[in-house]
Amino acid sequence: MIEVKGLHFSYDRKEVLTNVNLKIHDGEFIAVMGENGAGKTTLVKHFNGLLKSNKGEVLVDGKSTKDSTVASLSRNVGLVFQNPDHQLFSETVFQEVSFSMRNFGYSEEIINKRVNFILETLDLSSYADTSPFMLSGGERKRVALASVLVSDPKHIILDEPTIGQDFHQKDKLRNFIVQMNSQGRTVIIVTHDIEFVVDCKPRVVLLSKGSVLADGSYDSLFSNTDLIDKASLMSPQISLLMASLGDLNFDPKIMDLYQAKTILEGKLKNCL
Amino acid sequence: MIEVKNLTFTYTGSNKPAIKNINFSIDKGEFVVITGPSGCGKTTLVRCFNSLIPSFYRGEISGKIDVLNLDASKSNTSTLAKKVGFVFQNPENQLFSLSVERDVAFGPENLGLKRDETRQRVDWAMNIAGIENLRETAPYELSGGQQQRAAIACVLAMKPEIIVLDEPTSFLDPLSSYQILEAIAELRDTVGITIILIEHRLDLVSKYADRIMIMDDGRIVLEGPPSNVYSEETKLLGVGIPKVSMLFNLLKKDGYDLGETPVTIEEASQKIRKCFQND
Repeated sequence: MIEVKGLHFSYDRKEVLTNVNLKIHDGEFIAVMGENGAGKTTLVKHFNGLLKSNKGEVLVDGKSTKDSTVASLSRNVGLVFQNPDHQLFSETVFQEVSFSMRNFGYSEEIINKRVNFILETLDLSSYADTSPFMLSGGERKRVALASVLVSDPKHIILDEPTIGQDFHQKDKLRNFIVQMNSQGRTVIIVTHDIEFVVDCKPRVVLLSKGSVLADGSYDSLFSNTDLIDKASLMSPQISLLMASLGDLNFDPKIMDLYQAKTILEGKLKNCL
Repeated sequence: MIEVKNLTFTYTGSNKPAIKNINFSIDKGEFVVITGPSGCGKTTLVRCFNSLIPSFYRGEISGKIDVLNLDASKSNTSTLAKKVGFVFQNPENQLFSLSVERDVAFGPENLGLKRDETRQRVDWAMNIAGIENLRETAPYELSGGQQQRAAIACVLAMKPEIIVLDEPTSFLDPLSSYQILEAIAELRDTVGITIILIEHRLDLVSKYADRIMIMDDGRIVLEGPPSNVYSEETKLLGVGIPKVSMLFNLLKKDGYDLGETPVTIEEASQKIRKCFQND
């Protein structure tokens, strides 16, 4: 469990987190959303001890991050940065992705197996011997994802995982993280990509100006236009479409594409 | 404005071309969206527009590329940069000064503009990008979204004829993305700047686009107005069209044909409403 208790954090004198309280249970799937500068990245950087605050604390599996090093925390908490260039440094994709496991002291056999599996999963196998810096932005992002997911951490934090990813890659990524989540891993994604979140159907924590604005199921939050505005989000397309047809008894809580299709077909049957 | 004929480019050290035999032309004031799976050659293609390819990124280029009547394969990036502004995927790669204002002023100063004109342009560009309040802030202190706005302001201050944006809103929150795209569309409508935008999130950009170009494996595989392109479902592998367009394609497959594939929520809403009124 990750527990945030009365957390405040300031860069220089500017407070970016104000009294954040949050309980994330093992195996939960959470999307942290909110406007640019809301403090989302700052918050999740506390989860693996990269940032430590003087006021309030973060407990990971019952232990305060202040009493642990980033190195020990990173065994259980995998964090993928927003910008892949902040974490890539090796000469080949294979070396990059195997780095953490090598540091954790796994045998070559296990390393090879895991690395090949993850490269395959994220469509990177053909780049194993390529330099990460030869790859496109979207591909580098996937290398960064692979290098953290490879060691199968208990809690996975992904900061803007869908940036630069096309539809197909996003779908694959979603399937993979949903699968990891169903195997008991805690998944926390920081994202602006509301359509991706709708497809993942997680619990959503909305941050605004450093505080928790709302916390609840994705459909209850996303159909609340007041909250959407306050968090600088845009409602999901299907929800907006449903809302625009409210007088014909369509429900804006419907935001899933296939659910909308089924409902529309039911109604169209009677009038076409 | 831009005329491309049989353009092929292979990066030095690579054994296969990143773009192959590309042909198209773009007119003044057009708003063109380029999309396609990651690694398909979108960024490579636009790098040819201001001669970053082949001047900076080396490799073998063949075919013809004219930008504003200049042969871009033989011109300097410094010449073309005055006319073709670039906003990159990652704003950190183009911000370097100690304050946002200095960064935005850098371009105009390099064009040799007078102080007053530079000041005016900086104010104008920062206003459009919505970052007047960040004048004195250092770029490294900004959030990702604010950095992207700063990068856009830097390019706007040059008043280029063509602006190329490579996923400019990927770090922005949805409301800011919307505001930036509205501002970009307005530049096209009021100043007549030609816009070339690389974007995966077609739900955000479809309503502005005159034309969508879909690339795959180094080639342009589909091209046309959004509504036409979005109905060609079989050719859209790896391309995420807006969910309202997808909804209509799904309905059509099941035998519910509600007419032309809509591009925006408003269009979709009207079409559905019409069905129920016919009742």
